[in-house]
Amino acid sequence: MLLISCPNCGSRDETEFHYGGQAHVPYPENPNELNDKEWAHFLFYRENTKGIFAERWLHSTGCRQWFNMLRDTVTYDIKAVYPMGTPRPDAAGTLTAETGTASLAADSTTTGTAAPSISGTSIAPADPAPSTTAPKGATK
Amino acid sequence: MANSAALEGINGLRDIRRSPASHLASALEAGSVQGKVVLAEGPFQTMAGVRVDPGSEGASRIAAVTGGLPARCGDVTGTEGVSVLWLGPSEFLVVAPEEDHDSLGGNLIGSLTHALGDAPGQVVDLSANRTTFELSGPRARAVLEKGCALDLHPRTLKAGTALSTEIGNIPVVLWKTGEESFRLFPRASFADFLGRWLLDAMREYASPEVP
Ligand SMILES: [Zn+2]
Repeated sequence: MLLISCPNCGSRDETEFHYGGQAHVPYPENPNELNDKEWAHFLFYRENTKGIFAERWLHSTGCRQWFNMLRDTVTYDIKAVYPMGTPRPDAAGTLTAETGTASLAADSTTTGTAAPSISGTSIAPADPAPSTTAPKGATK
Repeated sequence: MANSAALEGINGLRDIRRSPASHLASALEAGSVQGKVVLAEGPFQTMAGVRVDPGSEGASRIAAVTGGLPARCGDVTGTEGVSVLWLGPSEFLVVAPEEDHDSLGGNLIGSLTHALGDAPGQVVDLSANRTTFELSGPRARAVLEKGCALDLHPRTLKAGTALSTEIGNIPVVLWKTGEESFRLFPRASFADFLGRWLLDAMREYASPEVP
């Protein structure tokens, strides 16, 4: 069982959350100009990172708010929890976003055109030496 | 379940209203262990779901009706009778006695709707969404700890705190109303399950403690 630190509610069991897939996938600025292949890439193509991965989570049984998380897909270490709409912290998770007032308005669940840096879509390759900071959810 | 008063509902419907765990009333009474842990279904309550940006003018108008809006997870505000529970940064649950419902002569839903006005947000009558279990006694915390992962120790969970979480694997709003008393709000469809789950968790306290 993972303990996930919700920015609003604090440490809760993994079963209270839902996984929302890869974070920082911006909605195309001009969807009408995409051909079928580009549209399919936007809809269905996601990274399959081994290592630190930026992903969306929903605290569905608690505050029902979305947030982003950097998680190591090998060790399940949670490197950072940060609000929707903010750029991805660096891969080591040293830049931990401020928590506690993370939630934006309810419509923050969609990635609008004002989305964080597009460069966030290309997830860096697996970091061979993940940082040794304790997972954020490890306090209870 | 406790019909608090002979209230006249719309077209007499109030008289045939049954609470979601009414069929368990005698089982809850039989399963309660006086002096250790007591479980009962509470009376009907008026509940309103409110969604509003807490920094907006609409929120301050609603706060004037309810006696404040809670600011963070766990907080409960309100005046006597009307309580507001924090469910999310822009989502609140207003809980009030049944008599406050507009169909029974009260004006809670109407005044909340009026307070919100044209501001972005919503006020929804959720009075039939959830039922109330009252769990109390020195063993109440031990019963809940069998199926709730939160830290329920009094040094962490103070009386007057309400948290939306899981108990017995189902979503429940848990409200600690006193040092040894809890109020549980399961959705109506889970009332039977949660009632029986709590009864099962309470069973061991009917037997003498094994030293
Ligand atoms: Zn939460």
